[in-house]
Amino acid sequence: MGRGVTGLAPACLRASQLELFSPGAPGWPFGDFHALPGRRLCGRPLQIRQVARPGAGPEAAEGRGAGLSSLIMDPECSQLLPALCSVLADPRQPVTDDTCLEKLLDWFKTITEAGSSLLLLQENPCLLGLLCHVLKPQDLSPRVLAFSLRLAGMLAAQEDCFQYLQQGELLPRLFGEAGPLGGAAWTAPSVRSGWIQGLRSLAHHPSALCFLADCGAVDTIFSLQGDSSLFVASAAGQLLVHVLGLSLQGPAEGHPGLQTGDWPVCAQKIVSHIEESLRSAATPQITQALNVLTTTFGHCHNPWTQVLWVRLSPLVARLLEKDPVPAAHSLVDLLLSVARSPVLSSSSCGLWETLAQTLSHLSPTQAGPLALGILKLQECPQALRAQAFAVLLQPLTCVLEATAQAPGLLDSWDGTGGASVTVDTLLASKAACVGLLCRTLAHLELLQPLPQRPSPWPQAPLLGATVTILRLCSGSATPTSDAGGHLCAFLVGCVRVQRAALDFLGTLSRGTGPRELVTQVFAVLLEYLTSPDSSPTVLKKAFQATFRWLQSSPETPGCSDLDPHAQLFLRELLPVLPKRLCSPCWEVRDSGLEFLTQMIGRWGGQAGFRRALLASEVPELTEQLLRDPESYVRASAVAAMGQLSSQGLRVTPASPEHPGGQQKSLLAELLHILSTDSEGFPRRAVMHVFTQWLRDGHADVAADTERFVARVLQVASQDLDWEVRAQGLELALVFLEQTLGRPSSHCPYAVTPPVAAPPGPLAQALRPLCRVQLFEFAFRALFDCDRPVAQKSCDLLLFLRAQTASYSGPQGSGSVPEVASVEAALQRWQAGDQGQPLGYLEPEVVVAVLRSMDLEGLRGALAESSDRVEKSPQSLLQDMLATVGALGEDEADCY
Amino acid sequence: MKLYCLSGHPTLPCNVLKFKSTTIMLDCGLDMTSTLNFLPLPLVQSPRLSNLPGWSLKDGNAFLDKTELIDLSTVDVILISNYHCMMALPYITEHTGFTGTVYATEPTVQIGRLLMEELVNFIERVPKAQSASLWKNKDIQRLLPSPLKDAVEVSTWRRCYTMQEVNSALSKIQLVGYSQKIELFGAVQVTPLSSGYALGSSNWIIQSHYEKVSYVSGSSLLTTHPQPMDQASLKNSDVLVLTGLTQIPTANPDGMVGEFCSNLALTVRNGGNVLVPCYPSGVIYDLLECLYQYIDSAGLSNIPFYFISPVANSSLEFSQIFAEWLCHNKQTKVYLPEPPFPHAELIQTNKLKHYPSLHGDFSSDFRQPCVVFTGHPSLRFGDVVHFMELWGKSSLNTVIFTEPDFSYLEALAPYQPLAMKCIYCPIDTRLNFIQVSKLLKEVQPLHVVCPEQYTQPPPAQSHRMDLMIDCQPPAMSYRRAEVLALPFKRRYEKIEIMPELADSLVPMEIKPGISLATVSAVLHTKDNKHVLQPPPRPTQPTGGKKRKRASDDIPDCKVLKPLLSGSIPVEQFVQALEKHGFSDVKVEDTAKGHIVLLQEAETLIQIEEDSTHIICDNDEMLRVRLRDLVLKFLQKF
Repeated sequence: MGRGVTGLAPACLRASQLELFSPGAPGWPFGDFHALPGRRLCGRPLQIRQVARPGAGPEAAEGRGAGLSSLIMDPECSQLLPALCSVLADPRQPVTDDTCLEKLLDWFKTITEAGSSLLLLQENPCLLGLLCHVLKPQDLSPRVLAFSLRLAGMLAAQEDCFQYLQQGELLPRLFGEAGPLGGAAWTAPSVRSGWIQGLRSLAHHPSALCFLADCGAVDTIFSLQGDSSLFVASAAGQLLVHVLGLSLQGPAEGHPGLQTGDWPVCAQKIVSHIEESLRSAATPQITQALNVLTTTFGHCHNPWTQVLWVRLSPLVARLLEKDPVPAAHSLVDLLLSVARSPVLSSSSCGLWETLAQTLSHLSPTQAGPLALGILKLQECPQALRAQAFAVLLQPLTCVLEATAQAPGLLDSWDGTGGASVTVDTLLASKAACVGLLCRTLAHLELLQPLPQRPSPWPQAPLLGATVTILRLCSGSATPTSDAGGHLCAFLVGCVRVQRAALDFLGTLSRGTGPRELVTQVFAVLLEYLTSPDSSPTVLKKAFQATFRWLQSSPETPGCSDLDPHAQLFLRELLPVLPKRLCSPCWEVRDSGLEFLTQMIGRWGGQAGFRRALLASEVPELTEQLLRDPESYVRASAVAAMGQLSSQGLRVTPASPEHPGGQQKSLLAELLHILSTDSEGFPRRAVMHVFTQWLRDGHADVAADTERFVARVLQVASQDLDWEVRAQGLELALVFLEQTLGRPSSHCPYAVTPPVAAPPGPLAQALRPLCRVQLFEFAFRALFDCDRPVAQKSCDLLLFLRAQTASYSGPQGSGSVPEVASVEAALQRWQAGDQGQPLGYLEPEVVVAVLRSMDLEGLRGALAESSDRVEKSPQSLLQDMLATVGALGEDEADCY
Repeated sequence: MKLYCLSGHPTLPCNVLKFKSTTIMLDCGLDMTSTLNFLPLPLVQSPRLSNLPGWSLKDGNAFLDKTELIDLSTVDVILISNYHCMMALPYITEHTGFTGTVYATEPTVQIGRLLMEELVNFIERVPKAQSASLWKNKDIQRLLPSPLKDAVEVSTWRRCYTMQEVNSALSKIQLVGYSQKIELFGAVQVTPLSSGYALGSSNWIIQSHYEKVSYVSGSSLLTTHPQPMDQASLKNSDVLVLTGLTQIPTANPDGMVGEFCSNLALTVRNGGNVLVPCYPSGVIYDLLECLYQYIDSAGLSNIPFYFISPVANSSLEFSQIFAEWLCHNKQTKVYLPEPPFPHAELIQTNKLKHYPSLHGDFSSDFRQPCVVFTGHPSLRFGDVVHFMELWGKSSLNTVIFTEPDFSYLEALAPYQPLAMKCIYCPIDTRLNFIQVSKLLKEVQPLHVVCPEQYTQPPPAQSHRMDLMIDCQPPAMSYRRAEVLALPFKRRYEKIEIMPELADSLVPMEIKPGISLATVSAVLHTKDNKHVLQPPPRPTQPTGGKKRKRASDDIPDCKVLKPLLSGSIPVEQFVQALEKHGFSDVKVEDTAKGHIVLLQEAETLIQIEEDSTHIICDNDEMLRVRLRDLVLKFLQKF
């Protein structure tokens, strides 16, 4: 029955019905309309009781009732918690599902963030019991241990709770040497991760710092940076950053002395460790240190970071002296992070010099991301920008030189003399060559649209280089040097480079170029579109790039037709298109049709284009593709035919004798597809075309709009695909707008203030809507089992109600029985019995029904996520207990 | 080991390998490109064709006579790698005194027979009233119009063979299966391996006990109908002879099939006919399979497909019965049971019809628009000639070339001016250079030998460094009529020891794990097998004559001195000398060892790694004493 989206419990449905439709009520039970069939809404949402909490900050009370300053869990959950804790503490009942524990932690997090952890602990002693229990030597699962560590950390994030836990010496036993740290459980990565995350939550107040220092945790964190588990290692690095930030929050803030000697012991220890790592010969250690610094400078912009950078930058600079530069990727990340930091980039601490030095030391592959990062910076010395741009352009310069072309402007950017290194990289191996070129093209593509891109932008040489690369890939370039020969051998047939180059070529269409280069661009595009060797993905990119270039070609003055050169190109392109539309590969047919649709959309009205298109076999072939075996192709063919027909470009051999005769049959054919096609995509495409036709006043539609709308809505309402039904509502809205007039607001769904419409004409205006049975369609959609459809219908009806607000027609006069019967029918629909149609409705009845419905309430209910009941903590606790079979009722079963 | 290269056409190879006293011919392809110099043979006399200016009607097919380089009667065996590479077989087996055996797989023989049968049929059914051969005289030839006057060695061009010769040639073939080991005179073993190119196509391994030569000819790594290529067995080759790579390295077969289908669909949709000049076997199976999947989607279900060839029926049926030679997918179909190729269904549903020729049923069934597959791809003979004449005038029709063997422009030359569209979609599934470089990396032969065409980029695309074989060490190249000494020397030979002789051996362990024994035996060599037999017992001397005769046959068995091994520890040796009364012993170190000087006796003992010399002045007693002392430190066996 199409209830694919959400499950539906029958008992729940009955409950909601009783609530919604109280028998004998004179109208709709206003304000209670919050449940619908198809959505499980009867469960109890998370109930949060607000109670007073002494000492809670003002933010906790914000928006809450006066005097209630904290939140704790509801009684049902409190009751379930002890049982759950004992299950968790019992090694004989292992928790198999990690996600439950994660959800549980999420829940505790919301509670602790909203209220007092101390209170939570005091009201639920079982939690403390669990934390104490896991310390006993036993065969507890690593999951539960990790969970307990994280929970303890979460609770101890509040200082009062931290003190409370400290009284029982619980925290040192959990996180100190005596805890899992030294035990067998430590071998499990989840426990190590839990330990780190626990400490990460805990470290939020000065007392925590002392605790960390006392229990020697910092040294453990250092060692965990090199952990075998990547997750643990990364978390350790982040914890280090956090601890460093926390330790410097108080004293150093505002006093960024140049001496780190004044810093707290903990911070000094971390800095020394980083220094030591940077001096190390082992790349992994250097990487760890660089990553910690990257995170620090990326997240923290306090003045102390400047002190830190001044102290560490010489060590970082020393890394550049090594060959090869160790941990180059991390180094690039760090330098960019420093350059982006407002505190650091404004100061004169040799950053730009370091960046320049790094650019010249790194290999071309490594330097690319750094160069791009530098060019993206808002503030940066011009010389450095020039150097970065030169690095980025080097591979393309090499390509131009290898094919004996003048590098043009690219050459003027090249001031670093690193070209030979780039050539070496390009010629080292196929993988290196392809990798470097793809990355370079991708970087330049990212850079091109940015306002801070280098100026003057070397548009012409870039175009030349990209065209050359594409020619090398297709084997049509003639390299004159050995290097060119090698490049050609590497690149011939390389799909990766072809895709990257075509993407970039498309991006370059935003700028202009000299006429002969643009001619070359079109020539190479045509070569790709014609070549039988172009892979389907390459072909798609070639189509996209072609469209962009055609779009950017200058229009003929006076009329908005294509310029003569583009028209010439089009004349060569159109014979290629039929071949592509006949390709045995469906992806090719599909991208050919997409391209065609775009083209018609853009130039369908232009005489030159129309002539060329009509002279080709394209329109005829497109129509044949409506019967393609591949649904994607059918969908694209539907879109293309819709466009062709809208523009009057459909070839109708019999048109002189029977004007419009064939056109009618396209409407019939599309209707046929809508009602019979087994796949959703073509049907959706038909709905889009129909909506567009209605909007544009397509001749076939305009001939008998009401009949058209009625038929389409009838077919769409029975469709199994929710997107088709939703699109049906879109079509209905267009019809509604056309009948009642456009809403004054830009947003079609916004509730507009009452329009002063005289009653008579409005009833008149509503009558066509009634005739096409738009209301039946909309009401059915309102109870649709797919939420987006119901939401859309709700919005549409709200819009309609606003339109009819001023309507003061014969309300209630003699039509009450009819209204009641409609309401009864809607109740049945809501119950899932949608068999009986409403039949023809009088405008007055519709208005009355609309007024009696709580559409706002419904909209609110629909806006809520459908799985919020399943997400409730109570449900979670019950589920967890049920899986280990510890619920009370199961115990009763034992007797 | 030598390789005689008799063909200049890399995809129609003909090489002779001399290896361990055997002479093995590797393939005998027939280069038919010279037929392009001749006028088409129409089924009906065509005044247009016979009056073409610049063309002369001459007879026959071409075949390069190979006898100058090597006497073909000495060839012991011919190994055939696929049915395209055996088309010259009758010329060799019937006219050169060849008395050996030909080895080929069953599909190769059967389909090869079909190709030859078709060729003979095409030629014989249009007998010419007159034939000329005087023009081959060099003085006359140079007066002829181009390109005939420029053709080289026309004297070696031959008439097409007859069906009788074909049958006789094929009767000399012995059928083999993949991985079957065939002994050639006990000297070498040859094994066919699947090459993945065509039904029954093979690569060959030619190996002795210590040497391995792989012959790779016409192989494919693409997933088409034949069994996939066996690469693993090619490993550890000393020499890999590589021929028969793709003729169109720039055309990707997938792209070409796409091009073929879309052009076919476009033509037929517009009411035109499509002509596909092709061989009766091979790529046509794959094309029919593609079309089987494509026609419904392209709305071509009602278009008839005609396959016209004297052997069309046999070809389509043969393809279905060689299940064991097909790829895995097609093999499994047989067990369902279903025909492995979908053309069976096309025939059943009447979408594909086949006819032996234009005459008869075809003329009554024929309806247009249609697609016709027919031969010969050279457009010089066969039913294709008729269709070219019939359809050439209309621009609605299209001829699509899929076979890469002939230049389509040259093939079309006598039909000009031509209104019909021409599409060139050469489909060659044989290895391209990227695949070759992967194959060589995988197989790692010590040496690669290939036609010279593969060692440089094609002349028309001299910048395409990727279109050549790139391997280390660089491949050795050969050209037509060249003899190549293959770059390795045979070092070892396997010899068997008779059990009773082996029993009598007494091995001595001279190093841990290494034992030695001396053998005295008679070496018997027969059929390239070597056997060590026990020496005959010394016979009692009887009559002088008899004894003499016996000594002729059996070598004298002298009592051999024992062999010595080990080294002499100088210090201990000196001690031993002193113990035996030699005083005043001096030791000097030399570059190669030591010199022990017995000053009193004026004697030198030179001890080196592999020799010891005692130099004393005519004192034989002393020498023998010293020798015995030395021998004490050495092992004897």
